[in-house]
Amino acid sequence: MLKIEDLHAGVEGTEIIKGLSLDLPAGEVHAIMGPNGSGKSTLSYVLSGRDGYEATAGSVTLDGEDLLSMEAHERAAAGLFLGLQYPVEIPGVSNVNFLRTALNAQRKLRGEDEISAADFLRETRKEAEAFDLSMDHMKRGVNVGFSGGEKKRNEMIQMAVLKPRLALLDETDSGLDIDALRVVADGINRMRSPDRSFLLITHYQRLLDYVKPDKVHVLQDGRITRTGGPELAAELEREGYVGIAA
Amino acid sequence: MAANAEALALAEESSKYKWGFTSDVESELSPKGLDENTVRYISMKKGEPEWMLDWRLKAFRLWQTMEHPDWSKLNVPPIDYQDAYYYAEPKKKPTLESLDDLDPAIRETYEKLGIPIEEQKVLANVEGARKVAVDAVFDSVSVATTFREELTKAGVIFMSISEAIREHPELVRKWLGAVVPQRDNFFATLNSAVFSDGTFVYIPEGVRCPMELSTYFRINAENTGQFERTLIVADKGSYVSYLEGCTAPQRDENQLHAAVVELVALDDAEIKYSTVQNWYPGDENGMGGIYNFVTKRGHCRGARSKISWTQVETGSAVTWKYPSCVLAGEDSVGEFYSVALTNNAQQADTGTKMIHLGKNTRSTIISKGISAGRSDNTYRGLVRVGPSAENVRNFTQCDSLLLGDKCGAHTVPYIEVKNPSAQIEHEATTSKISDDQLFYAMSRGLDEEEAVALIVNGFAREVLQQLPMEFAVEAQKLLGISLEGAVG
Ligand SMILES: Nc1ncnc2c1ncn2[C@@H]1O[C@H](COP(=O)(O)OP(=O)(O)O)[C@@H](O)[C@H]1O
Ligand SMILES: [Mg+2]
Repeated sequence: MLKIEDLHAGVEGTEIIKGLSLDLPAGEVHAIMGPNGSGKSTLSYVLSGRDGYEATAGSVTLDGEDLLSMEAHERAAAGLFLGLQYPVEIPGVSNVNFLRTALNAQRKLRGEDEISAADFLRETRKEAEAFDLSMDHMKRGVNVGFSGGEKKRNEMIQMAVLKPRLALLDETDSGLDIDALRVVADGINRMRSPDRSFLLITHYQRLLDYVKPDKVHVLQDGRITRTGGPELAAELEREGYVGIAA
Repeated sequence: MAANAEALALAEESSKYKWGFTSDVESELSPKGLDENTVRYISMKKGEPEWMLDWRLKAFRLWQTMEHPDWSKLNVPPIDYQDAYYYAEPKKKPTLESLDDLDPAIRETYEKLGIPIEEQKVLANVEGARKVAVDAVFDSVSVATTFREELTKAGVIFMSISEAIREHPELVRKWLGAVVPQRDNFFATLNSAVFSDGTFVYIPEGVRCPMELSTYFRINAENTGQFERTLIVADKGSYVSYLEGCTAPQRDENQLHAAVVELVALDDAEIKYSTVQNWYPGDENGMGGIYNFVTKRGHCRGARSKISWTQVETGSAVTWKYPSCVLAGEDSVGEFYSVALTNNAQQADTGTKMIHLGKNTRSTIISKGISAGRSDNTYRGLVRVGPSAENVRNFTQCDSLLLGDKCGAHTVPYIEVKNPSAQIEHEATTSKISDDQLFYAMSRGLDEEEAVALIVNGFAREVLQQLPMEFAVEAQKLLGISLEGAVG
C-alpha cells in the first residue's frame, strides 16, 4: 500500500527526514515511535503534501502511484488521511458542514456523485456517537472551543466518515484520558480491514496496548533506526530511546 | 505562440467576472453631458409632474454650488461629469402590465443572470421556495415588476419610482428626501437632480408583506451613470424584507453609480434591507470598474421600530457607502451587518452611522472586512448618542481578514456620546488566513480555492446568516468566486 524509499525531506532547506524507507502493506498497522523532535510530524506533513514541506530525494508511492507529485487535496482523494497532532480551528464553519464539504470534494475528484444529505447525516451521527461527541458539538465551528481530547476524537470522526485507505495518525493518543483512549482504539480496531492500513505515530506505548501493531519502527533523527514486532514498543518503554539507539 | 498565450490569458481573465457580458439592446440616450436641459430631458422622458421637475431643478442648482468630496482613504481620479450620459432607456419599452412585450435581449440578460422576472418561473424553479417579487431595472428604467397582483391584494405598493410618482404622488411627495435631504452630500444631491429609476415600496399599517421584495439593477449601456432612487415606507406595525442585487458588464472605463436609498419605519414597523453588491470591480490592474458612491439611510421614526441593513459588497472598483440608521423613535433598533470583500486593486470605504436620538434605542454593528490582492478595505463607522437619548446601547464588532501581505485593512470608529447613561462597546480584530487552516482543509480534500472560500465564508457567517436563505447561498458562492486567484 505505502512504500517509502530513501526519503529525504525538510522545511526551508533544513533536512529533517534523512533517508527513510518503510513498507506498509495493505491491511497492516504499523507504529512509528520516536522522541520529540525526531521528525514524526514532519514525516506526516511530507506524506500528506503540506505546502513548504519538500522531498529532496527518494520516492513515496501509494498503491503504486507517485504520492509526492500530487497536491494535498489529491492525496486525500487518493485515500490518504492525516489525523493531526494539533487539529486546527476554523470559526464559522460547522464540523458537519466541513466534513460534508470535504467528503463531496473527494468524491468529486474521484468522479463519484455527491453523497445524499440523509446518508451523510446518518453516517455522521453514528460516528459522532461512536467517538462520544454530541451532535451539538458537531454543529459548532470546526474544533472551536473543543478540549484537546475532543479535537482528537473529532479527527477520528472525520476519518471514520471519510473512510481512507491509509490513515496517518499523528499522536492521536496524546491528550486523551484513559476512557477516550479506549474509544479511539476501539474505533481504529473496528476500521481495520484487509484493504486499509494505519500508520500510528506515537510517543508512548499506551495506544499500542489497545491497538496491536504488526510492526513498530523507531524513528530517530529522521531515520528509522530499528524495526521490530509489538514487543519493541515494550522494550522502548523499559529502556528509553537512548538505550535502543545503542 | 506568444499571441496565442496572450489571447488565452485574456479569455481566462475575462471569465473571472462572470456577469461581465454585454447585451445587445438598442437604447435611447440623453444628450451627453449635464446641465439643466439634461434634468428637464429626464423629467420629460418620465412624464413627470411639475413638482417633480421643480424638485430636481432645485437639487441641480444646489449641486452646482457643491464641491466634490476629498476622501482621506480613497484614491479616485477626477470624474468628468460632462463626459457621461445620464439617461439610457431600452428602445423597445415594454408595457409593464405585460411581460410578454419585453425585449428578448433583456429577457435573456436576466435569464443569464439567473434573475427570475417571470412569475411562473419563480414558482416552477425551486420547490418550496418562498416567492420573491422582482423589480428589474435595466440602465435607467424599470423593465419588469412581478407579482403585482398578489401584492396589490395585500395593499402593498411595489413599483418603479417613476410609476409611483405618477400613481401615488401624495406618498412620494411626502417622503422623498425626508430621510436623505437634497443637500445631504455631493452624490445624493446629484442623484436628486438626475435619478432615473428605482423602486418604491409602501407597506400599509399592520401588513406583513407576503413575500420578499427585490430589485435587480443592471447597467448595460456604455458611458452612462446609474442613479437610482429607492424609497421604502413601512407604516405602523408593518414588516418588509427587501433585497437588491446589481451587476454590470465588463468595460475599460469607469462608470459612476450614485444611488440614494431612503427607508422610513413608523411605530412598531420593521424593515430588513439586504444588498448583494456585485458591480464590475475592474480588472486585475485596476482598469475599469464601477464607482459605487451610495447614500443609504433609514429613519426609525416610530417607537419600537426597527431597521436592519445587511450588505455583502464584493464588486465595484471603489465603494463609498455608509448605510445608516437615525434612531428617533423610543426603543427603536438599528442593525448593520456587513461583509466587504476587496481583491486586486479594489478600494472599499464602508461602514455605518447609528444616530441615537430617542430613549432606550439600541444598535448592533457587525462588520467583516476581507482584503486580498493589493486592495484596500476600510471600515468607517459612527455611533452618536444625542443629549436626551437615555439608556442607549451599542455593540460594535469589526473583524478584518487579510489574504496575502499587499492588501490593507483599516478600522476607523467614531464615537460621540452626549448622554452619560449610554453603554457603548467596541471590539475589533485583524487576522490572516493561516497556513494551518489552509492545510487542514486541503488535507481533507478541498483544493486551495475551495479551502479559501470555506474559511472566508466561515469568517463572514454571522453576516451571511442574516440574509434570506436563497440569497445567502448566492452570496456564499460570490465570496468564493470573488477570491479566485487571490492565493497561491
Ligand atoms: N517549520 C519548521 N521549520 C524549521 N524546523 C522545523 C519546522 N518544523 C519542525 N522543525 C524541526 O524539525 C524537527 C522535527 O520536528 P517534528 O517533525 O515536529 O518532530 P516530532 O513530531 O517528532 O516531535 C525538530 O528539530 C523541529 O525543530
Ligand atoms: Mg509531532
